[in-house]
Amino acid sequence: MRDQFQEIFDTLKKNKLRTTLTGLSVSWGIFILIVLLGAGNGLKNGVMQNFSSRAVNSINLWSGTTSMPHNGLKSGRQLAFTENEVDAINNQVEESRLITARYNTSQTISYESEYGSYGLRGVMPNYLDIEKLLIHPGDGRFINELDMKEKNKVIVLDQKIAEVLFKNEQPLGKQVKVGQVMFKVVGINAKKEQYGGSNAYIPFSTAQAIYNPRRKFWQITFTVDGLTTKTENDRFNESLRGMMGQRLNFNPEDQQALYIYNAQSEYVETIKIFGGITFFVTIIGILTLIAGIVGVSNIMLVSVKERTREIGIRKAIGATPLSILKTIIMESIFITTIFGYMGMLMGIGLTELVNFFMVQTANGKPVTDEPQMSIFTNPTVDIGYAIFATVVLIFAGVIAGYLPARKAVRVQPIEAMRQE
Amino acid sequence: MIHIRQLHKSYHTESLSLHVLKGINLDIEAGEYVSVTGASGSGKSTLLNILGILDSYDQGDYHLNGSLIKNLSEKEAAVYRNEMIGFVFQSFNLINFKNALENVALPLYYKKVSRKKRNIIAMEHLDKMGLRDWSKHLPSELSGGQKQRVAIARAMIANPKVILADEPTGALDSTTTLEVMDVLTNLNREGITTIIVTHEQSVSDATNRIIHLKDGMIEYETRKNNGVHATIQPVNF
Repeated sequence: MRDQFQEIFDTLKKNKLRTTLTGLSVSWGIFILIVLLGAGNGLKNGVMQNFSSRAVNSINLWSGTTSMPHNGLKSGRQLAFTENEVDAINNQVEESRLITARYNTSQTISYESEYGSYGLRGVMPNYLDIEKLLIHPGDGRFINELDMKEKNKVIVLDQKIAEVLFKNEQPLGKQVKVGQVMFKVVGINAKKEQYGGSNAYIPFSTAQAIYNPRRKFWQITFTVDGLTTKTENDRFNESLRGMMGQRLNFNPEDQQALYIYNAQSEYVETIKIFGGITFFVTIIGILTLIAGIVGVSNIMLVSVKERTREIGIRKAIGATPLSILKTIIMESIFITTIFGYMGMLMGIGLTELVNFFMVQTANGKPVTDEPQMSIFTNPTVDIGYAIFATVVLIFAGVIAGYLPARKAVRVQPIEAMRQE
Repeated sequence: MIHIRQLHKSYHTESLSLHVLKGINLDIEAGEYVSVTGASGSGKSTLLNILGILDSYDQGDYHLNGSLIKNLSEKEAAVYRNEMIGFVFQSFNLINFKNALENVALPLYYKKVSRKKRNIIAMEHLDKMGLRDWSKHLPSELSGGQKQRVAIARAMIANPKVILADEPTGALDSTTTLEVMDVLTNLNREGITTIIVTHEQSVSDATNRIIHLKDGMIEYETRKNNGVHATIQPVNF
């Protein structure tokens, strides 16, 4: 067995050009395939990450200004929500799950001598899950139902605010001054907003009591369940508009009276586009693989043809057809495996390198308020696919070596040796 | 050693069929030194290929060293070739990417002799051919005579019973022809049955028995008597 490997290795070594050409076509096929799949995956992961930064099934409502007269009321009225609308959505809209009212204002927040002007958001406990805020273990908690009920003066700070106000001090449990009122810091949010600056979060009830004497607000966010197609989402948006039109007294046709942002319907659309991209990448991948198979087969065919004479000589001096067949097939397995593996390593290496630099660049950036958007994330390939592609090429190489070799082995030695 | 009875062989192509051997009867005893001559198309190469189990035949019997060589599988044929027969060809048929030593050693690879051992044996045979210093050279770096001696060493390495040489001097000049014939003659003196197909008078004269083929039949044969060939008998009755 060892002798057989030696013989194969010798033959490969002494036919460097043939070996290299065959090997390169295998390596290149695998390499391209992996880079391609990596690019496709990168695109996919990038877009997916942008989605995962908030609940994909969330719906945002903003009240606007009417642009049509309605029920004897003239246009240009500024509309606002009250807590009744929150209850209505919660109780009457079947599909709604988590809901939060949002009162947004801007306040100066200070701790000892440090201060800054930040967005202050009065929100409900569900906000944590809807916007997927990130409170690491040891960083406290988010606002809870008890805070809501008691109108507690507690506050959750974005990490950036905590760093500015507290430097190296532990912020949890400390009192900060928001406007003229003292709040206790109960949690730190590590998730950065994609857009806009840093925010602090207080219970909605507290915000209403302290900063919003008119008790009107302009934004409600809630999640929905069971809406899977674009049509369903469109219909849902329409009925929501109708319901709000009745409650706030505006014409449901009036697009400016109420803005609805339905992330779910965007998501559904993007997933559809994604199906397209995945399909496209798969097709190209398959075609590349076929090109690789054809390349390998072609070279195998030529190389066996070229070796007809050698096969004849070996037969004349006592080689059995089986032993010749075995040698040729083992040679092709050897080449395709070694070079296929190399191509796989290079492909994975390149995609991992690109990923590494992308992660480096992202980590190297100082904490900023700039949106953390990237269309291209983690462009790596599942190792299973890489191995599968390599195995397919090896298999193709074996078949491509076997068929002409079987024919060549059948040729009479005299005829084979006559070929110059 | 070799016994052939009523051997027939035809080649068939799409348009015509060619009856090449038309009933050959031939007995060659162990240790004989035989040449087969005849015009081109007389069937001498075909006969040699059948003798070497490189080709099959249609009718008749062929016994080699007591075994009937008929309807063998590829594998059985390969084993017989490996055990019994050493080939020497006009175009040498060395494997061009293997050096002289590796070419000589190759038959032993198929006999599953270890690499180390077969290289030692191959070196002995090369040495015998006066080619010890050329063992690491590729065929392309050797002269025609050297190549043929490498090929003879390769034919000898598996200790065959019979050497079959197909126009062994066809590609050589007259000096090297003599050289190669000396080698073959010496091998025969060591007791190996040697059969040479040739159309060169000087080559056939060196052998002890000349078989003349004409149109697929043995026309006549001569044996050496006191170093001279004389016609003995017309063979085909």
